[in-house]
Amino acid sequence: MPQVLLFGWFAESAGWTERQIDAPSLSSLHSMLAEQLPEVGKALASGKGRMAVNQVIELGDVNLNDGDEVAFFPPFSGG
Amino acid sequence: MIIVQPEPIHPTQLLEQFTSSVSQAGAIVSFTGSVRSKSKDAEVSALQLDSYPGFTEKVISAIVQEARDRFSVLGLLVAHRHGLIGQAEPIVFVAAAALHRRAAFEAADYLMDQLKTRAPFWKKEIGPAGSHWIEPRAEDYRELDRWA
Repeated sequence: MPQVLLFGWFAESAGWTERQIDAPSLSSLHSMLAEQLPEVGKALASGKGRMAVNQVIELGDVNLNDGDEVAFFPPFSGG
Repeated sequence: MIIVQPEPIHPTQLLEQFTSSVSQAGAIVSFTGSVRSKSKDAEVSALQLDSYPGFTEKVISAIVQEARDRFSVLGLLVAHRHGLIGQAEPIVFVAAAALHRRAAFEAADYLMDQLKTRAPFWKKEIGPAGSHWIEPRAEDYRELDRWA
């Protein structure tokens, strides 16, 4: 199962930072997450959030395998 | 060189170490960013910065490599703290060394503009009135466009 990580306010609003969720692809995982967490779904849909699979930003859909690390996060804010 | 750590950053010490590592340099520029006491008139007592271990370092390394390719520098240093950071404490320290000043100024400027919007950190301001997540301002994205 893929390991899902949330960061910033996505994690705060979900109440968790890491869990295993069974999903065959990034788009299906995205839909599941958007259903459970409408605010996060809205942010992702409006470009105010991004996704990474195994620490590489993904803009399109990709298949997910056992042990893949999938991260969802709001805009970066360093410095 | 890249440092990402929850422990406090000591700019003076880092600058001293960096300076001794670039003996050929004719110009060394450094920048320290610290936690402000006020943000839009609201008092700030601390910042909470979350990172994505592994990914954060990877992106910062890529940014440092870009700066290395783009400017004639002899050395670059980025130190970024995460975790809970108290008011007035340093969050970030960058240093650039070059033969001449222009490249050093530009490389340090470039590094900071890139870190603001591209480094995987998430920032929450904590104050007496509560806490809230902050995102880059329109101005930060405009600064980034200067290098496009």
